Amino acid sequence: MSLQIISIILGSLTLATALLVVLSKHPVRSVIYLVVTFFLITSMYIMMNAQFLAIVNMIVYAGAIMVLFLFVLMLLNLNKEIEPVNTRTAQFTALIAGGSLLLILITALKDTLILGESFRQKNEQIGLVKELGNLLFTKYVVAFEITSILFIAAMVGAILLAKREKQIIE
Amino acid sequence: MQANMSIGTSLDFFLFVAIALFAIGAIGAMTRKNMIVLLMCIELMLNAVNLMLVTFSTYYGNGDAQIFVFFTMVVAAAEATVGLSIIIMAYRNLKSIDIDMYNQLKN
Repeated sequence: MSLQIISIILGSLTLATALLVVLSKHPVRSVIYLVVTFFLITSMYIMMNAQFLAIVNMIVYAGAIMVLFLFVLMLLNLNKEIEPVNTRTAQFTALIAGGSLLLILITALKDTLILGESFRQKNEQIGLVKELGNLLFTKYVVAFEITSILFIAAMVGAILLAKREKQIIE
Repeated sequence: MQANMSIGTSLDFFLFVAIALFAIGAIGAMTRKNMIVLLMCIELMLNAVNLMLVTFSTYYGNGDAQIFVFFTMVVAAAEATVGLSIIIMAYRNLKSIDIDMYNQLKN
């Protein structure tokens, strides 16, 4: 019963912080709320006993990617005056489109699972580092190696794009 | 886990949280005009999909989906790096992060 209360609190907090990401006017606040959202999603991974993904989500998303976003925001030196805002009509249209997307997804997924199905883990060990490591380095080892090429390409691309053009240095 | 589990701890709860997160991300991506917030909304949508994959992985007791989530995170990290450097480059030229200004990229 206490687990139920905890998961309901965590779920509503996740949705609330996600809404604050979209609604807050200042981009830095959006980033902070997004970090909180990622931590709450991590807590859901822990509840489903996906320990490896919980740690990776916390380190990679909340740690690395969000710090990158914060760095870029501070590099660009934005302020509230130049924050672009959409027209009321566009916002209303987006709200209607997003709401209908939500309804469609709920109706599509409502019948796929038996409602009220509890954690039915056939194998409680799947989320652990040992199991996933076994899988990653046997079945998916080619994809894992190709990942390194992807990262090198992303790194070279990022450095090349963000580098200043030839500049006179006094 | 007991048999008399009710809605809070059942897996479809996580599923509906994931759906709602995806919809919020989509609304944000359509509403906001700040380029960086747009990229953040895309990250939110990616995380919603990750949550859904982990939920189904737990339901079926199969670890392959969690490997897939791992690769999604890897690709998201690469995407965020390249996207942010493109934003920096465009901001240097245009002095704006309004997405309406970014249609000049096509020339």
